[in-house]
Amino acid sequence: MHWELELVFFVILIILALVALMVRNLLTAVVMLNVFSFLSALLYVVMGAVDVGFTEAVVGGGVTGVFLVVLIFKTTRRSTD
Amino acid sequence: MKEAENNPIVSLIASIVSPFIMLFGLYVIFHGHYSPGGGFQGGTLLAASIILIRLAHSSHTGQLQFPAKLGTPLGSLGVLIYYGTGLAALWWGGQFLNYAFLPLAEEISLRRSWGILLVEIGVGLAVMAILVSIFDDLLEEEDHD
Repeated sequence: MHWELELVFFVILIILALVALMVRNLLTAVVMLNVFSFLSALLYVVMGAVDVGFTEAVVGGGVTGVFLVVLIFKTTRRSTD
Repeated sequence: MKEAENNPIVSLIASIVSPFIMLFGLYVIFHGHYSPGGGFQGGTLLAASIILIRLAHSSHTGQLQFPAKLGTPLGSLGVLIYYGTGLAALWWGGQFLNYAFLPLAEEISLRRSWGILLVEIGVGLAVMAILVSIFDDLLEEEDHD
């Protein structure tokens, strides 16, 4: 039905996933994963699965980001290259 | 986390926003029968509002709102509510979690509605308590080293 919207979402999702994999800064990767979660929630809602999209937005965009940021602040990078 | 200076803008905004997130979480739990949402999403929203206060204010304020040692008992209480509902249906002659056998109301549909509400309250309580206690456990080691 909304195939143009879904196509745009899919392209942005792939770009975000690649950026989150390639980037060196871990905080940037976490933010990219958060945006990935919100966009996939939008994708679920567009596809008609409102419940799944709601869960994805709440868990993936809210709590997981906080946990990952706390973990980044509690760990150190051993190598300095 | 790191000892950040207490930013008044962040504290004020978190204090204003957090009750609304909590209210929306309660709405999602109590309207889970006939709209998107349910115990898991509502419990996660409640946990998010509590974690927001813990992030924005000092840890002492967060502990006043929801003490860390309350996490495991509340989570266990939520699981007990869930299994208690299921086993009560078993006790009154039905299958596990068959709400139609719970003696809560006269009509079958009302019985199912109340049964689902009980289960969702249990799930929401367990998810909220466990997510907050995960957050506390992640931060806890910082005090020792």
